[in-house]
Formats: sequence, structure tokens, C-alpha cells
Amino acid sequence: MTCAEGLKLLDGYFDGELDLRSTLEVEDHLRGCGACSSVMNRNQTLRNVFAAPELRYSAPPELTGAVRAQVAAAFSPQASRELHPKATRRERRAWLQWAPAFALLLICAGLSWQVWTLRQQHVSSSLADEAISEHIRSLLPGHLSDVESTDQHTVKPWFDGKLDFSPPVQNFTAQGFPLVAGRLDYLDHRPVAALVYERRKHMINVFVRPAPGENDREETLTAERGYNALAWTKSGIDYVAVSDLNVTELRQFTAMLRAPDAAPAH
Amino acid sequence: MGTESDRERFEQLVLPHLDAAYNLARWLVRSPHDAEDMVQESMLRAVRFFSSFRGGDSRAWLMTIVRNCCYSWLGRNRSADLAEEFDETAHSPAQPTPESDAVASGEAVRLRRALEEIPAQFREAIVLRELEGMSYKEIAHITGVSIGTVMSRLSRARDRLRTVLTHEANPSAERRGAVPGIVEGVAP
Repeated sequence: MTCAEGLKLLDGYFDGELDLRSTLEVEDHLRGCGACSSVMNRNQTLRNVFAAPELRYSAPPELTGAVRAQVAAAFSPQASRELHPKATRRERRAWLQWAPAFALLLICAGLSWQVWTLRQQHVSSSLADEAISEHIRSLLPGHLSDVESTDQHTVKPWFDGKLDFSPPVQNFTAQGFPLVAGRLDYLDHRPVAALVYERRKHMINVFVRPAPGENDREETLTAERGYNALAWTKSGIDYVAVSDLNVTELRQFTAMLRAPDAAPAH
Repeated sequence: MGTESDRERFEQLVLPHLDAAYNLARWLVRSPHDAEDMVQESMLRAVRFFSSFRGGDSRAWLMTIVRNCCYSWLGRNRSADLAEEFDETAHSPAQPTPESDAVASGEAVRLRRALEEIPAQFREAIVLRELEGMSYKEIAHITGVSIGTVMSRLSRARDRLRTVLTHEANPSAERRGAVPGIVEGVAP
């Protein structure tokens, strides 16, 4: 093992993260190499300095108190109704069984429907908010792409092994929306596929993630901070397309994505 | 499940990691006030997404939320902080320690300053590793990169941080060639 190879693995060795074979190889190298041994020793010294109390911050007591109060309030029955509209619907249904008047039943059914749609809008708009933030973040230098290609047959296999689902990847170069790149991203704290398309220098991020068991949902528009997000669910997959492109063209683009003949590429 | 038991579960699983959450936020946004905001916002998000938490490592789960919160905030407010490369001109070299400073404490102060100056993605890797004692796998999960990338980020971060040590012999060349990237041979 050369020093260059040894140094590449040295941190893994120092942190006890190497497999047995690499560990033995590094140990073998360290026995004969003063320079690498000295890096190891200085890493240990560094670790000792890290143990100093100046380095680790603890939550101030006011913050701990505020967070505890905040959590208690968020779990209170009233807040929970906003947080978990499902429970509200269940309560309402139970109550309906005892409601004698058919008219009331109708009104409540109407209300339930409204709560349902409101909840759907709420779910999709909080996802859209996050998607917009991710879109903005992706535009920072160096963030846009993990794999750059205009070929869906390059982009799609790239996701293999990185995600537990296979995102549909299509190319719309002929229609003026070329596929530029693919990227791994996080939405709602789960890994998602982000597909990057371009329209006259406007970037479009399409976030794709599985939504098993979810019903198909029509496109909803969220406009925020100068960005438009269109979110929909189709065949158990959530989609959010985000761009600073105007709504008309963005809809034109999502219409192609949603077209029934646009089968997932293989 | 009633909200009361949800709340108890949340208090048992998530609240014990409040210090870790604050430490990460404090290092990422580098201001006590903003770090408190980040923690409060993260906790609200954590409550909101708690029903989707399927058990497992609640600390890593919370840290992922905190990290995402901080990155969104940095993206909105201080996007320059998300630069990916070391600023080779900004050195925090080993200043001669004043006689009055105890050596160890002087090193800790210099280390803190040096850590604040390295790019966020290197800073978070070293904070999670050295201050929270997390495994490469956990760090990879939280920061959304491969285990090999975690290792090379730690390597570059330590390269820079070793220069604050008092008895740093020659804080230069031996690893200047190191590039971030996936390194083979790491145990999963």
C-alpha cells in the first residue's frame, strides 16, 4: 500500500469504519510509515481537543422550556385537529351515525368533503412549499445535478440502487423541454428523484416519489416567492414540478408528463 | 392512537436529542439566536411529521429535519455559506498562544474558530462525527451523500483542522492532493 492509498483510508481506519481487510492493510502500512502514523496521532490529538466543553453547544434552558411548551401545544386536542384532519373526519362520521335528520347528514357529508379537499390541498401545498425551497437550493452553484445527461437511458439507470423505486424518466427535447440532469434530493425527509428539465434557460425541477395507496389527485398550483409549483398524484406516484417559468408553459409541460401515452421509459 | 400517547412517545423519543439538535443547528447557522429559531421550527416539523416516523433511530430522524431546516434557511438568507469549496485564502493558522492561555483551552478556541470557517458540508460531517459520535452510515443518511463521500469530507476537514494544533509540525502538503469523491473499500 502506498502512502496515497493509505491516506485515503486513514480516516475510515481512525473512525473504525473499515472492513477487516482494509483495516489490516492500513495497519500494515502504518507499521512502516512514520508520516502516516504521525497523521493518525494528530487526528487523535484533534479528537482530544474536540472533547473540550467549548466545542459542543447545549440548548439554553429558555429554548428547552420553549420547545417543551411548543410540543405540548402542538399535541393538544385543538392543535391536533389541525394536524390530523383524519381524526376529525372519524369523529364526524361517528357523530353522523346518531344524527337522525337526513338533511343534517347531507350537510355533514358536504362538510366532510370540504375538510377532505382542504386537507388534500394542505398536504399538497406543504409538499409544494418544500419542493419550492428545494428547487431554489438546487439552483445554487453545483447543486443542480448528480448525473448530467440529455438521455433518459443514462439518467434512469443512474437512480438504480440509490432509490427504492424507479422514477419514470422521459425526454421532451423535441417539444422544447430537454431533459438536462437527474439528482437525488430529500422531500418530506425521504429520498426522492429530482429530474431537471430546461425551457429557454428556465430550470424545471420535477420531484418524483412513490405514494403507495394514495388516490390519484388532480394538479394543484402553488405560487410562492416568484416560483410556480404544480403537484399531482398519478398511479401511486407523487409529482411536483417547480419552476420560475410562467404557469401556461409549466402546465403545457406537466400535461406532457401526465399524458397517458407517456409510458415510463424502460 | 390518542394524542396523549403520541405526545408521550414524542417526548420520550425526540426531546432527549434537543441538545444534539441545537448543537448541529448552532454549528450550521453559526448564531445562537438563529439556531434557536431553527430548533423550534424543526420541532414543529417533527411534530407534524411524527405520524410518518416509523420507529428506528429517532436521533438521526430529528437531525435530518434540523439539517434540512438549516440548509433551507441558509439558502434563503446566506447562500454564500453553502459554497462547496474551501476558501484557500482564509486561513486560521496556529496563532502563537498568549502565555496566559492554558494550552489546551487555546487549542479549543482556535479549533472552534477554524471549524466555523470551513464549508458547511465539511463542518456538519465533522460535527456529527466528533461531537455527536455518529457512524458514517448515520452521517451519510442525514446529509444525503454516500459513505465514501462522508469519509473524504472528514478527511479534508481534519486536514484543515489539524493546522490549529499547537505542535503542528508541517501543516501542509502531505494531503493536498486529496479530492472529495467516493472511496472504495469502506465497510457499509
